[in-house]
Amino acid sequence: MAETQTMPAARPVSTRRNTTFFSRNKLVIMPLVFIAPALAMFSLFVIWPILQSISLSFTEWQGIGPKKWVGLSNYRYLFSDPVFWTSLVNNIYWLVLFLLAPVFGLLVALFLNQTVFGIRLVKSLFFFPFVVSQIVVGLVFAWFYDPAFGLLATILEPFGIEFPPILADEDWATFGIIVAGLWPQTAYCMILYLTGLNSVNPEMIEAARLDGAKGWRLLVKIVLPQLRAATFIALVVTVIGALRSFDLVAVMTEGGPYNSSNVLAYYMYDNAIFRYRMGYASAIATVLFMIMNVYIIWFLLRLWKNEKGAR
Amino acid sequence: MKYFRTTVCALALAAVATTANARDLVMNANTSDPAQKQAMEDLIADFEAAYPDIDVKFNLYDHEAFKVAMRNFLVSDAPDLITWNAGNRMKVFVDLGLLEDVSDVWEAEGLYEKMPAVVGASSVDGKQYGVPYAYYAWGFYYRQDLFDQAGITETPTTWEEFLDVGAKLNAAGITPVTIGTKNLWPAAGWFDFLNLRVNGVDFHAELMDGKVKYTDERVKNVFAKWAELVEADFFVENHPAYSFQEALPFMNQGDAAMYLLAPFIVSMFPEDVRAKVEWFPFPIIDEAVGIYEDAPTDSFHIPVNAKNKDDARLFLAFAAQADNQTKTAGTLDMLPPNVNASVKDDRFAKGGFAQLSKADGIMQFYDRDTDPALAKVGMQGFQEFLQNPDRIDQILERIEAERARIYGPL
Repeated sequence: MAETQTMPAARPVSTRRNTTFFSRNKLVIMPLVFIAPALAMFSLFVIWPILQSISLSFTEWQGIGPKKWVGLSNYRYLFSDPVFWTSLVNNIYWLVLFLLAPVFGLLVALFLNQTVFGIRLVKSLFFFPFVVSQIVVGLVFAWFYDPAFGLLATILEPFGIEFPPILADEDWATFGIIVAGLWPQTAYCMILYLTGLNSVNPEMIEAARLDGAKGWRLLVKIVLPQLRAATFIALVVTVIGALRSFDLVAVMTEGGPYNSSNVLAYYMYDNAIFRYRMGYASAIATVLFMIMNVYIIWFLLRLWKNEKGAR
Repeated sequence: MKYFRTTVCALALAAVATTANARDLVMNANTSDPAQKQAMEDLIADFEAAYPDIDVKFNLYDHEAFKVAMRNFLVSDAPDLITWNAGNRMKVFVDLGLLEDVSDVWEAEGLYEKMPAVVGASSVDGKQYGVPYAYYAWGFYYRQDLFDQAGITETPTTWEEFLDVGAKLNAAGITPVTIGTKNLWPAAGWFDFLNLRVNGVDFHAELMDGKVKYTDERVKNVFAKWAELVEADFFVENHPAYSFQEALPFMNQGDAAMYLLAPFIVSMFPEDVRAKVEWFPFPIIDEAVGIYEDAPTDSFHIPVNAKNKDDARLFLAFAAQADNQTKTAGTLDMLPPNVNASVKDDRFAKGGFAQLSKADGIMQFYDRDTDPALAKVGMQGFQEFLQNPDRIDQILERIEAERARIYGPL
């Protein structure tokens, strides 16, 4: 009650409304207020779990029951674990070979970027693999590869060629899965390039034509520079896609035969879910996170530079 | 509008009433194969008929998803009943204090006398933590017509006869054994039986408990026997590409003659093939070693955090009754643990039952008896061995490293 009585004394402040704390800092406060809900969600569902799993990586934990602090021993064990290294090498194979997706995507996009009757149907057919669930892609490719009853084996049999058991062979399994992964990824890059091609300036092309540029030179000097934005997104999406490759491995080989096609994301899952080694799985996750950070930081720097340039 | 509001109120009241009045019994189960699902639904229907007040809420999970979900719901939101496996898999959760001691049900129903074969698997430190509803034998399912075609008149009972059968089948252009090792565990069945036949149950149990090195000479002897089969072309090619179901067509199409597996395969054979399939137990390797078998046991358990433990106990007692066990195990093509229940009248169930009755000791199964992480590394090793028998020393060293990490150096 006493405070309400003092209210009139504060009146002079309201006469100087234009210089309140809020109005003085409006430009700082309002953006913060607008970003707050998203930031809260992001912190709760992204930042907090990341911190949690990093802290888990220093423990030994079954998923239930007591956690035991073990310091760096999970990491020490990781570096002497042959499966970890196989998985890491496989992730590098994924990364390198997956970069074929933007290349193929561009080729398909250039091919489809013409006005012919029915091209819309053809475009949607090419986009189809990206719409299909990765699980289905994995299953279908596994059936293609089946060395006894599979499509490829059946086609090659009359020619007397024995089709290698791709998914049962320790040297081939990873590549068999990558090929399956390239199929939808190419479709994705294709759609990125198709939208990019839509915004290519036709006047520039015409001008270049008048100056006598054609074919390869026209593509490299005139079209590709205008597709830089699409290329950038395609690269980032493909690199992240390669690093988090998981579903195809899970469906097609479960990391087998004997871990030869394992990747970090699946090995992490395997340790957490089937071996109940949450701490060790978190250590793998942390390493994978650090590798991804390299690309994420590169991506952010590029974005930041571009925005600075735009201003 | 008024009518609408009254209806909504009435419905809401009704909903509250049903949750409050009826005795809900929540059951989470991993019995997702068609026959398993059928057996569970029948058992629940019979239970609800016998206890009309109780309403069973049945939540079905896929096998692998259940393993994951279980670790969450046992702690956070426990059902009143779960299906799980007896033996070491149960002990893990008992040690964490998550499964209820149900020795009182065993006492009250006299289950010690009625289910002598599964007391051990259901016990931790002399107390019982679950009530088994079915168990089963492993053995060879084989095509009689292909055996006839290869001129084999009798099923093998010794190692020499077994090798001879393989040679005859190969000579007739038939692969002796089909196997799909993509799921890994089918190979573990082979390891279990070879180890039990070569070294006996005590050694096998010690190995499962991490008390013996995998680089032990006795383990190497087991792989030496196994290598004899691999080198004699016993197994289908490219088995890592196939799940256990995907390996079945080789047998259905007459390209392979035998499959070392468990009764859940019976309902997966096409009708016409099943008519030609017969069963025999794993042959004896060393006369001096007794007959030891794998007999995985599936059971019901009550979580410690369950809400309706009284009715859950009623369900356990009901599921243990002889006639209910007869019906459940019959649908599953498995064996009822209750001695007063009758074994399904077919050659597979009878054969398995006869073999287990002869057994001097039983184990559960490789990935049920040992630590899950060790089981995974071990089974990957078995798969690699089947493809590359010459790598055996490296493989055993790798498994031993995992054993030492978990159970400590010896």
